[in-house]
Amino acid sequence: MGLTLMAGLFSGCSSNNNEGNTTSEASSAPAASASASGTASPSDIKGDITVITQRTDIVDTVFKEYAAKFNEKYPNVKVNFEALANYEDQIKIRMNTSDYGDVLLLPTSVPIAQLPDFFEPLGDEADLSKQYTGLEERSVNGKAYGIPITINFSGIIYNKKIFSDAGITTVPKTIDDFTKALQTIKDKTQAIPLYTNYAAGWTLTQWEADLTTVAGDPDYVNITQVASDNNFVKGQPHYDLYKIMYDAAKNGLIEPDPTTTDWESSKSDLANGKIATMPLGSWAIGQIKGVASNPDDVGFMPFPTNASKVIVPLADDYNIGISVHSKNKEAARAWVDWFINESGYPTTEGGGMSPVKGAELPEILKQYEGTDVTFQTITPAKAGEEGLVDAIDKQAEIGLWQPDFKKRIIEAAIGNRKESFDDIMKDLNDKWTKARAEKVSSK
Amino acid sequence: MVGSSKLGYNNQGQKARSGFGLSSLSYRTQRIVIIVAFSLVPVLLLLTFSYLPVINMFKYSFTNWDGFSKHMTYVGFDNYRTIFTNPDYFSVFKVSLYYFFATFVQMALALYFATILSFNVFGKNAFKGILFFPTLLNGVAIGFIFLFFFKPDGTLDTLLQFLGLGSLSQKWLLNPNIINVSLAGASVWRYMGMNFIIFLGAISSIPKDVYEAADIDGANRWHQFIHIILPSIKRILQLNLILAVSGAIGVFDIPYIMTGGSNGSSTFVIQTVDVAFKYSKLGLASAMSVVLLFIVILVTLLQRVLVKEED
Repeated sequence: MGLTLMAGLFSGCSSNNNEGNTTSEASSAPAASASASGTASPSDIKGDITVITQRTDIVDTVFKEYAAKFNEKYPNVKVNFEALANYEDQIKIRMNTSDYGDVLLLPTSVPIAQLPDFFEPLGDEADLSKQYTGLEERSVNGKAYGIPITINFSGIIYNKKIFSDAGITTVPKTIDDFTKALQTIKDKTQAIPLYTNYAAGWTLTQWEADLTTVAGDPDYVNITQVASDNNFVKGQPHYDLYKIMYDAAKNGLIEPDPTTTDWESSKSDLANGKIATMPLGSWAIGQIKGVASNPDDVGFMPFPTNASKVIVPLADDYNIGISVHSKNKEAARAWVDWFINESGYPTTEGGGMSPVKGAELPEILKQYEGTDVTFQTITPAKAGEEGLVDAIDKQAEIGLWQPDFKKRIIEAAIGNRKESFDDIMKDLNDKWTKARAEKVSSK
Repeated sequence: MVGSSKLGYNNQGQKARSGFGLSSLSYRTQRIVIIVAFSLVPVLLLLTFSYLPVINMFKYSFTNWDGFSKHMTYVGFDNYRTIFTNPDYFSVFKVSLYYFFATFVQMALALYFATILSFNVFGKNAFKGILFFPTLLNGVAIGFIFLFFFKPDGTLDTLLQFLGLGSLSQKWLLNPNIINVSLAGASVWRYMGMNFIIFLGAISSIPKDVYEAADIDGANRWHQFIHIILPSIKRILQLNLILAVSGAIGVFDIPYIMTGGSNGSSTFVIQTVDVAFKYSKLGLASAMSVVLLFIVILVTLLQRVLVKEED
């Protein structure tokens, strides 16, 4: 496996943020100007726009630079920024009014079918998808309502030094290998084998992204799952996925007191050899390397799976879109196109892949060419079933993308609850079956 | 000007002719105008931020609104039926019992400190400040402070070790039998200052000569407490108790910030927030809030009735 080599290259690439990506910006620029010239020439576009972002950390620095560069091309557009610390919750409440900026991120909790009530269509999905990937996640009736600000891939971020200290030379591929590796780390090193970040909560939801890898099938999430009443039954991907979590917690392979974990310090603990693995998305790699004394120790591996094919799922980060209430839609559109194509955000600040087709791939993905690991977007839902997974999930109050039942699994594993793993899975499956019956029959 | 208008006539004929003024109105009307003008703003604020949302909440509780949709479907009493038939929604009230018992600890401590500090003791004002200080802190900050406090090898464990009680230390938030006691403890620390200051105010309103008379009659501090202080602040005691008990039913911030309601520390309000914002069932969550509102009203009425019988 070329994993060590790969990670070395990736770190070399990502450590110099803005400078290293000028080439990819330049290469994708013609595509953007081509699309913009279809509407009006840049200096004709006028107006004030407000861009709402979740990046409180860089809104006054990097975003200001973006605005300056944007104004070189569109001198008559004034761009204002607003950053929300708790984006998802705050924007949801503001969207009950008509004042939620001109350009904003599409909250993931808005049901897909309701997007047309709040967002301006950006064009036909069929046309736009020649230019961008990942549009299918936020499209309704053939119209695209958002473009992903970056494309993430999910798996396990690990500390290579701990693995080599424990004498593990090959990266574990199957679930058994992985569990054994965790045990070896516990026996031979001082490090915490698997950090759950239980207290932060949202970090636990990162596991759900690896469902595709465990299933070994890009169809599973949106097609197979909704057609099945046995979503949490033994042998199904959900069961296998969370069994890893349960077993690790039960065997003492997680942090000693999960209830008092701290996300910020967990990043430096992984970077500096106190934590061996954390299941997260690609967006975290940059943050962890940023606090590492030796960034080369930080590696990425696909989530363990028993499937024959290892699929690392590619998924949209937030999508960027335009409010239906915007008074300067042309200017807003210009910003959207510029931000995706020319700002360099998707690969630098976003830390993932650019959604622009033909844009250069991150080094980390190139290393997988020719191996049995494939990077793939998950199959979108069938026509008429858009958002059905979400609808069933909410009706059932399961919370696939919420921390609750993951916390329950950990609590049960460390003996704080009387129920077993199978009890929890049975309960979830009962809820799923009931809610699925209600949602499918009501359609 | 004011004096003249009060008497109902106008000694500046020219000015009165030039336009309509407050002074041209009768005293009665002026009074009404001023009262209305001054109360307009607070009443409007009250209506906008208290009553209107409550009315809307009642409205939402009969719909299946998801929080975004432009359309709400009227579902009648379905939401209420769900709450009262599914034991999951009500079982969390068990957690409130911890806070209910903590309430009495909190009141007792507050009363104890208020009594002591109402006499002349060393460092009186400094202690008042220290005890009241937590009330001034933001709930979120307190949540984070106590996360460090309860951490393994955190402040509490260090303190216990220092006192030679290291064997008592444990995982305060991990143990499901202890977690709610820990959280209720944090809650007591936070709200005791408020009770304390109210008690202190009530106690200092007792005339000093009553104590002097008691001293002459040979009453000690305990007698004074039982026979002078306690009867004098009975009303305030009842008021604090009502506030504290309804607070115990609606516990939210400390457990939400510290544990997010995990590990068996979820309360009814946390559950309501989860239902509304995690599962986008705003209708159901509104119904839960209405139920909570009625429970609090009921408890308050019950206390009123019980207290009246005593009189």
